[in-house]
Amino acid sequence: MNRVFQDIYENAVEFARTFGAFQLFFLRLIRHSPGMFVGRFNVIVMQVYNAGALSLVIVMVCGFFVGAVLALQAYSNMARFNAEDWTGVAAAFALVKELGPVMTAILFAGRAGTALTSEIGLMKATDQLSAMEMMAVNPVKRVLVPRFLGGVIAMPLLAAVFSAIGMFGAHLVGVELFQVDVGSFWQQIQLTVRMQDVNEGIIKSVVFGIAASLIAVWEGYNTVPTAEGVGRATTRTVVITAITILVFDFMITAAMI
Amino acid sequence: MRQTRSVEIGTGLFVLLGMSALFFLTTQTTGGDDFSAESVYTVEARFENIGSLRERAPVTMSGVTIGRVTDVTFDPATLEAVVRFVVDAQFDRIPDDSDASILTSGILGSQYIGLQAGGSDIYLEDGSEILFTQSAIVLENLIGKFLVNAGSKEGED
Amino acid sequence: MLIGFQGLLLFCAATDGLGFQSLGDYSENLIEIRDLKYSREPRPIFENLNLTIRRGEITAIMGPSGTGKTTLLRLITRQLIPQQGAIYVDGVDIATLTQAQLYTMRQRFGMLFQNGALLTDLSVFENVAFPLREHTALTNRLIRHIVLTKLHAVGLRGAADMMPSELSGGMARRVALARAMVMDPDILIYDEPFVGLDPISMGVIVRLVRRMNDALGITSIIVSHDVEEVATVADRSFLLSDGKVAASGRPEELRTANSELVRQFMHGMADGPVAFHYDAPGYAEQLLGRDTE
Repeated sequence: MNRVFQDIYENAVEFARTFGAFQLFFLRLIRHSPGMFVGRFNVIVMQVYNAGALSLVIVMVCGFFVGAVLALQAYSNMARFNAEDWTGVAAAFALVKELGPVMTAILFAGRAGTALTSEIGLMKATDQLSAMEMMAVNPVKRVLVPRFLGGVIAMPLLAAVFSAIGMFGAHLVGVELFQVDVGSFWQQIQLTVRMQDVNEGIIKSVVFGIAASLIAVWEGYNTVPTAEGVGRATTRTVVITAITILVFDFMITAAMI
Repeated sequence: MRQTRSVEIGTGLFVLLGMSALFFLTTQTTGGDDFSAESVYTVEARFENIGSLRERAPVTMSGVTIGRVTDVTFDPATLEAVVRFVVDAQFDRIPDDSDASILTSGILGSQYIGLQAGGSDIYLEDGSEILFTQSAIVLENLIGKFLVNAGSKEGED
Repeated sequence: MLIGFQGLLLFCAATDGLGFQSLGDYSENLIEIRDLKYSREPRPIFENLNLTIRRGEITAIMGPSGTGKTTLLRLITRQLIPQQGAIYVDGVDIATLTQAQLYTMRQRFGMLFQNGALLTDLSVFENVAFPLREHTALTNRLIRHIVLTKLHAVGLRGAADMMPSELSGGMARRVALARAMVMDPDILIYDEPFVGLDPISMGVIVRLVRRMNDALGITSIIVSHDVEEVATVADRSFLLSDGKVAASGRPEELRTANSELVRQFMHGMADGPVAFHYDAPGYAEQLLGRDTE
């Protein structure tokens, strides 16, 4: 029995240590960030491309279908109360405030996050990070910070694309398929959705972008430098990001009400 | 070189797309910004009850948005709500005896101010006050009145 | 602080002529390792390790797998910090350096990693140019000039536009050598430079190591367990075992040493002090006994 408590204690200490190291890591990235924008803008452009432009297809396709299915659900259920005009509103609220940021963040973790983790993990496993260290180049500054910033910049833009394309999907289903009047479809949306709703979505996507990029970079940097370790790290990136984002989503929503 | 070029083009397109999506969301899905005027004048009105009227609520005349609520305060002396709103300066021929009522868009919609034209030859200008106002209809009060009426009718029988 | 104080004491002792003559003599010994202790849980890797690397020589550090040769390199370059003892480079205790000083010192080092460790997203040319672009403000023309010279020295000027993934193992290592040379370092460190190469590539690397060392007056440290190659190229060798230096000297001296461990290692014998069999219960007992199930 004593050993059980001992184990629990050791795990708790280890958890606290990891968490603390994670925070310090975050601060290190933040500290090196401003300098990046001045001297190495094209390095960041490269990473925005990797994290953002390359995730565009998956985000657009998913956004379209999520918007379309939201409109399907909303229409078929609203029709029971003769409130078909609200189809667009339901889709808009769900997309702008919740599904846009959350789904994009999870897709981002799966597409860009895993790519970041495995790239950094492989650089570590093949001694590239040590080699930089030996060439008196700080790998945190040269490798991690641009990738982190690329993700942070790309994520809100991706979320906006997701929501906008989703609205297009909802429009197709609601207006073109179910013949909801175009005017009332969009008018209801404009009357009901407030600026603060869009702002909530933007705030969420920024926070999720920071969280997802940070986790991906952290997992890559702390990869056990073997083939197996890299595989495990990428899995952890997706799992941890998904959990973190849903928890943050709850907290932000609760705070914004 | 070629590779950097395509990266730059891809990034540029991506950022443009993201920005335009953001622009679309902020302008096309919200009703908040359909009023814009180069110059405005401020008018004041006092209500007994403003219901859930808030800042940025639209001010309409004949159903057309001509202004926006800028400020809602409470006057402790008269115990009334003081609503200040701006009206687009190009609508400068609104009679000063027009009346302002607080209306609701649809059953569940948000509240706004509707102006009903009066017949005076003097027009509203910056700093004027609308004297004839009609408060918001509060659902609970309405139901209360209805119940009282129903009760008294029953008593008569 | 404590280590710095110890260093001072040692220095005083040396000037007093109480032994440690080598410490005051910077011109002869470039790197000194004194009473180094380093352990990674659960087992100690080095205990009271003493080792001296002389300026201008090629020093080989050999030993069976798992004796911490790569760890030693990481300690010398302060990618790791020793738990006890000190490492002096040019008389400076490297544990006391600040980050900035450390980076200045590291520019004196060139390191060749086991598999080259070329940056995968840069071309061969950009890989070699990388330290120059990071640390100097040279013009593109000058950088091009220097990089092509270094690539020419390793015979890969023609591969400048290739990506690291297109190179063979031997070529990647030669590019990495060019990159390690590009800042004109004083000390070149090779981590297992001969592993996994075909005989031709191996010969090329051996000759390059020798040439770099003699032509440019560089001090070289080679970590390896390839006895033959090391014997042809090294001036002095250290054989590590159980966290200590088991033997040291010129390659031919090691070959004829009468320590059993040294003989086993130098001649590649299957059994000896390093046992062929991993610790196990008695063979007969395990095969015949009933305690297996």
